[in-house]
Amino acid sequence: MSLDLRLTEQERKLLEHTVVVRHRLEEQYSNLEQQNETAGLGMWLFLATEIMFFGTLFTALFVYRLLYAEAFERASAHLNWQIGATNTVVLLLSSLFMALAVYRVRTSPTPHVVPFLLVTAALGALFLALKGYEYYDDIRQGLVIGPRFNEETWLAAGLGAGELPHVQLFLLLYWIMTAAHAIHMVIGIGVVLVIAALASKGRFDAQYYGPVEVTGLYWHFVDVVWIFLFPMLYLLGIHGG
Amino acid sequence: MTTELLTPSPSPPPLAAPARLHYLNVSRGLASWLLTKDHKRIAILYLLPITAMFFIGAYFMAVVRLHLMTPEGALLSADTYNRSFTAHGIIMVFFFLVPVVPAVLGNFFLPMMIGAKDLAFPRLNLLSWYLYMIGAAWTLFAILAGGVDTGWTFYTPYSSRSSSYNVVPVMLGVVISGFSSMLTGINFIATVHRLRAPGMTWFRLPMFVWTLYATSFIFLLGVPVLAMAILLVVIERVLGVGIYDPRLGGDPLLFQHLFWFYSHPAVYVMILPGMGIVSEVIPCFARKALFGYAFVAFASFGIAGLGFLVWAHHMFVAGISIYAALVFSLLSFLVAVPSAIKVFNWTATLYKASITFEAPMLFCLGFVVLFTFGGLTGLFLASLAIDVHVHDTYFVIAHFHFIMVGGMVTAYMGGLHYWWPKMTGRMYSEWWSRLSALIICVGFFLTFLPQFVLGYNGMPRRYHTYAPEFQAWNVLSTAGSSILGVGYILPLFYLPYSLVYGKRAPANPWQATGLEWQTASPPLRDNFEHTPIVVWPPYQYHLGKAQNEP
Repeated sequence: MSLDLRLTEQERKLLEHTVVVRHRLEEQYSNLEQQNETAGLGMWLFLATEIMFFGTLFTALFVYRLLYAEAFERASAHLNWQIGATNTVVLLLSSLFMALAVYRVRTSPTPHVVPFLLVTAALGALFLALKGYEYYDDIRQGLVIGPRFNEETWLAAGLGAGELPHVQLFLLLYWIMTAAHAIHMVIGIGVVLVIAALASKGRFDAQYYGPVEVTGLYWHFVDVVWIFLFPMLYLLGIHGG
Repeated sequence: MTTELLTPSPSPPPLAAPARLHYLNVSRGLASWLLTKDHKRIAILYLLPITAMFFIGAYFMAVVRLHLMTPEGALLSADTYNRSFTAHGIIMVFFFLVPVVPAVLGNFFLPMMIGAKDLAFPRLNLLSWYLYMIGAAWTLFAILAGGVDTGWTFYTPYSSRSSSYNVVPVMLGVVISGFSSMLTGINFIATVHRLRAPGMTWFRLPMFVWTLYATSFIFLLGVPVLAMAILLVVIERVLGVGIYDPRLGGDPLLFQHLFWFYSHPAVYVMILPGMGIVSEVIPCFARKALFGYAFVAFASFGIAGLGFLVWAHHMFVAGISIYAALVFSLLSFLVAVPSAIKVFNWTATLYKASITFEAPMLFCLGFVVLFTFGGLTGLFLASLAIDVHVHDTYFVIAHFHFIMVGGMVTAYMGGLHYWWPKMTGRMYSEWWSRLSALIICVGFFLTFLPQFVLGYNGMPRRYHTYAPEFQAWNVLSTAGSSILGVGYILPLFYLPYSLVYGKRAPANPWQATGLEWQTASPPLRDNFEHTPIVVWPPYQYHLGKAQNEP
């Protein structure tokens, strides 16, 4: 059953496009612009909850840093700031590529966005690899809580026995906060890869780009969390002093 | 003709025909419910387990009240007593009071009241329901498997060191259901911002929408803090490290700060939507526009905003600095201002109005009285000196039950009775519902007024025995609670009964002006046949009256 509409090539493309776009419009919205804007708003609201989530940890860090300033500075000086700084650069670069991807999807035909998304994900993976190596190094040095915590080193460095729990408290917060961040990175990489796969099938265009934009927001947020984590965990004490 | 003149919808509501398709019969089968994206069906999905949780929570308190009939305790061992009141608190606060109005009535009516087809994120809405169910089932299981004796506040270091190992699953259940509320909050805010019908400006929003909007911000900003505070307790317990444990350098007060940073605003979660319901019902049955609309709207935000700045008034005797206590005391007094604005506005709405006393109105009038009692006694607790005297006594118990049960539960009952014809398409028994409202109000006063006296005279909360001179008041309170129980059980009979034998509800049985009444009862799958166009502010009851009189 075929219908001969005698359309020009251009008209046929436009009709196809309209049908496809209609299909992507969820029934509760009246147009794609409204849908895109609502998705963006939803992500901003979700990020507000994330700020409160990490904010709680930062509050705990502030409180204990005020209470136990000396132990926290000493413990912070043992963290590997070289890897931390490198990772900061890696994440900022990844955010640049993410921003370019969002720009691309709104301005040029879809498949061109894929390489940008892949580079973003690769830089995210590089971050995790470096962080993983740093964790391994931390464990080797005894920068952990529990039985593998090396009390002698800290006592030899001139800390009192009463301050050892405070050093452990810092290390605990360091592990919880960086691990929470790393989990967000893993989720972010997964989502970016899914978006890249969809983009390679031509799913997004200048009208329908909400998912790419929203993923970008999330990625930048996780990046910003690290921008705060790095100075507040790694740069409390004087390194090499 | 009143409704038609007032209707903002371009088409008059269709008459209920037997074969009409609506949201309940548009598809059938279990899967069509468990995988639904329809906000109305999800509201019904919430209604059933939340009602069950209410009666489970009430059961635990019935046991406790019976136990307190005699000074030595009549029924339970000390340990079981502790577990019973803890179960009551956890179930009632986290699994009934916090979600009940947003998840059931909010889910159903927020989109309809702003003229939308659905919430902004229907799949997220379904996910919220699953999270609630998982959290509730998980917590119930842990309570049945032995329970916890920490009190609903989980104070450290007791919860992280000494208490039973069930603490971890119970706390995780609370966190999971908290995420459900948080996602609902995101959904509501996005919906109110982006899905309003043409002409539905911010200051044409019904008050119920305003209060849900304010409540959503509390979910949004509070729940993550509670989640992290509780996860840190779990980490402390599982790894044996010291985040809150003073022996390992931790600070137990940090937990109280973080806990109340959510749980005090959560008190406003447990009252704001109730205020929204009352602001809908009172104008309808007084046939008069809500007095001071903008004041009531902004007062909701005043309450939500100030609510985040008063958490440490739970900690006046916990060892916080006296200057901090002074500031928190002042801020706590300030919350009374927007609350009083609301009470005065409801009263002014009633002034010289044509009041009728249908069941929803009876519940809401009860709310205004009970909430005023609860609010005024809150001022006692906000003043430092009196708080030191009555802290952790039955005075506090009575105060917050006036707000949460006298206020929120009564308002919820009012909302349920107000919207029941719209949700189900059936009318319930007028006589029984009015009787239930009366019994609840009388039983409530009998249960909790004696507790003010007990608390002021020094009976501490959470003890399984008490001094003999308190017995008379305790017996009175237990007797009152059994009357209250009858009042709550009655709707369990006449509401389901109405589903089968009740007469069919018209589209607008109360002649109300809200958009939700301008469509059929029960509503269509898409709520409205055409997207409504709004040309009136809400609560135009005075116009209807003028045009109704020949």
